[in-house]
Amino acid sequence: MAKGTFVRTTAWSPGPGCHGGCGLELYVEDGRLVKVEGDQYHPYNQGRLCPRALALTQYVYHPERFLYPLKRVGERGEGKFERISWDEALDTVEERLGEIRDKYGAEAVIFAQGTGRDVGGPISFLCYSFGSPNWVQLGLAGHSCYTPRLAAMMFTHGDYAVLDAGQFLPEGMADPEYEVPKVIVVWAQNPAAGCQDGFYGHWVTDCMKRGSKLIVIDPRWTWFSSRAEKFLQLRPGTDAALALGMLNVIISEGLYDREFVDEWCSGFDELAARAAEYPLDRVSAITWVPAEDIAQAARLYAEARPAAIQWGVPIDMGPSGTTIAQAITHLWSITGNLDIPGGQVIARAAFEVATYPFSTQELHSLYGEEFVKRMNEKRIGAQEFKLLRNFRGWGQPDRAVEQMLSGEPYPIKACWIQTTNMLGGQAADTRLHYRALKNMEFNVVVDCFPNPTSMAVADLILPAASIAEKESLRSWWSPLQVMMPAVQVGECRSDWEINLELAKRFNPELRRRFDTVKDLIDDRLKPSGYTFDELKDGHWKFPEKDTPTRPYRRYEKGLLRPDGRPGFRTPTGRLELYSTSFKEFDMDPLPFFTEPPESEVRTPELAAKYPLVMVSGRRSPVFFHSEHRNIPWLRECDPDPIVEIHPDTAQALGISDGEWVAIFNDRGRIRRKAKVTPIVHPKTISVPHGWWLPETQGTEPDLYGIWDLNCNLLVNIGPGDASGYGGGPYKTTLVAVKKLGEGAAAGRGAGDTAKRGEE
Amino acid sequence: MAKKGLLIHYDYCTGCMACVVACKQEHDYPAGRWGIMVKDFTRETEGRVQVDFLPFPTDLCDLCGRRTAAGERPACVKHCMAGCMTYGEVGELARIMETMPRSVLFAPR
Ligand code: SF4
Ligand code: SF4
Ligand code: SF4
Repeated sequence: MAKGTFVRTTAWSPGPGCHGGCGLELYVEDGRLVKVEGDQYHPYNQGRLCPRALALTQYVYHPERFLYPLKRVGERGEGKFERISWDEALDTVEERLGEIRDKYGAEAVIFAQGTGRDVGGPISFLCYSFGSPNWVQLGLAGHSCYTPRLAAMMFTHGDYAVLDAGQFLPEGMADPEYEVPKVIVVWAQNPAAGCQDGFYGHWVTDCMKRGSKLIVIDPRWTWFSSRAEKFLQLRPGTDAALALGMLNVIISEGLYDREFVDEWCSGFDELAARAAEYPLDRVSAITWVPAEDIAQAARLYAEARPAAIQWGVPIDMGPSGTTIAQAITHLWSITGNLDIPGGQVIARAAFEVATYPFSTQELHSLYGEEFVKRMNEKRIGAQEFKLLRNFRGWGQPDRAVEQMLSGEPYPIKACWIQTTNMLGGQAADTRLHYRALKNMEFNVVVDCFPNPTSMAVADLILPAASIAEKESLRSWWSPLQVMMPAVQVGECRSDWEINLELAKRFNPELRRRFDTVKDLIDDRLKPSGYTFDELKDGHWKFPEKDTPTRPYRRYEKGLLRPDGRPGFRTPTGRLELYSTSFKEFDMDPLPFFTEPPESEVRTPELAAKYPLVMVSGRRSPVFFHSEHRNIPWLRECDPDPIVEIHPDTAQALGISDGEWVAIFNDRGRIRRKAKVTPIVHPKTISVPHGWWLPETQGTEPDLYGIWDLNCNLLVNIGPGDASGYGGGPYKTTLVAVKKLGEGAAAGRGAGDTAKRGEE
Repeated sequence: MAKKGLLIHYDYCTGCMACVVACKQEHDYPAGRWGIMVKDFTRETEGRVQVDFLPFPTDLCDLCGRRTAAGERPACVKHCMAGCMTYGEVGELARIMETMPRSVLFAPR
């Protein structure tokens, strides 16, 4: 196909589904999207593109896409919906949510989203305009997705930090200021399968080509493990012990950066004393990793300069996720790798433009300190968890689902569910969430396709636009850029469009401020001095040198603190290895290890009954969480809901490759197709999450097979910690596996009877 | 005209499947028809596990004739997330290969 007309835009959400950032060229013919290519001039991906973005045409024009608003006409779960106009749909939302607000207070409505996509901005905006404090990642046990890591960084360095792949520099890795990390620790992530936390996964391979050596820490062998100098195959959930063991080696062998520690850090002696409680024999016994391997990895990392860590969501999902993250941040802090080229660079939203409120500071800048304080009075979990009260705006997801059922301390009556399919995806203890959502008086689902959640609980469905159809903005982290629509599909509207219109109805004052979405974007862009029109068509902008949102060594230049003094944005101005904030929040100011809630050590009887650790959540390059099972080009690359099981374990259980097996514990039982592979440890199984079968019966009781396939039926809710964060036991649930025998294929009703939500 | 081909530095192939879908989109191949496939060669070897992938351009690979005629790189080469594919003259690619361990050269029909 020859080059035609295209629209330059930026990927973030519906379509690839991801955390985004790529430059895209969207080719349009006669008003129709015909092709997607990577934008080779874009600094983020330089023309490359993942399979999910390349399959965008199949997503956008999928025959099952929601094209106009729908209202439920049968019972919930019967799948009977009727087309209505946008006016009727929005009037209904205004009326129903308005009634609930009048009767029970605005806090009785939860605004639920899933992962970190281009929905956080619009949904928090709607939630706060409505007056509810309950913006929640509903279903996400322990709130364990990045927020625990962010909290650990915020209350240690007063900022966030990420691996430096040159992403903050206009010339990227070619920039003269840039240095490639000599060593990269890939900790609990497979960067080949996606772009987590806004980080383009293949920047790691780019660094490898330029000489970076790898240390990989993971319970499972990945492409990266096979190419690592050191691969530490640890027991799931024991990352904190491993990090403390490494800190102990680095401190006791004097491999840390004394100058940096003396000049910029506080609490080093306390940290050293804590780390000394983790001698390698103890750590080895906890983690299953040989002591010598831990020592060598610690030395390799500490002796390289610069070195950087690329970490993943299993850290948040470990017991007390914030403390694991804190231990890992100390590795880069005491080795002086913070905010240096090729190290861990401080990451701030470009030009301090807040799109998706990533921090308390950003919430204050968007909504004002008073407002945030007022919201905290009713925010779910904010009274119980001091850290949560003092960090960002989210409600606590486990407490939210409990409250939806108990009505304590106040009733929850409605749920606004925007581009999140928790029943097919993240909801730990799926049945509990199913019951909680059924308990609501009114549920709105904003999404692109029917899914288990929309089928089971939606009263009203609003059709969401894909990336090809929307205007939005992105400042996560650099460059600052905007998204441009290329086509219109049905009557779909963008999350911003839908939420702005409703926000104006709930808060008429907004009518004076924002006529269109573009007005709102321009308002948010103000700190940058640019407008939407100046940024569109590929005019992304990087912050200038020596400004607060561009590296390096900002702590020396006085660019981090509001008072302009050198140092960090912490209460003491120092990098607090001993976190005074954590102390204030009634948490241990230093990192520690705690056993997973279920394990061979903590619950030996349970482990005797259920001897395998189920690690869910391994990423597939062709799916984003529970999405894309309905996209033919993608599904054929990863067709079946599998379980990865080690050959020795499979043999002992009489299971052969490709056979359907049952995975079960006291919470329930699911089925999966065995993939016998040495990449998993004999004592763990890897069970990919987000599985439902869009090609099967969607109405109740089947709900596209979730009661038969969804691994989260077996997982408990959290949190496991005084922080309110972490301990979503997605990585550490104990299970047993057994052979099912002939004819037991999923979605065909053969073999086991599907487990229903009512059970 | 000199014979063209694809040099695939498979040591860097992460199995991301971008080439597979890029090719389908370019040629409008439905599911079930593949211009390129990626095979997993994961195996246990000497106490460790080697995770390797190998892209295999099939008989449907036409080296993206329409694209290359217009001066564009083949769809798979351009979009490869690991940047591990090169399009060019077979002889030239073979020379590059001399200093590219764990690579394969593909010459289509
Ligand atoms: S997943 Fe990565 S490669 Fe794909 S569109 Fe998103 S940011 Fe780009
Ligand atoms: S060169 Fe073109 S036709 Fe051949 S595999 Fe790559 S994308 Fe497909
Ligand atoms: S796009 Fe590149 S890295 Fe990805 S599977 Fe194909 S050859 Fe391998």
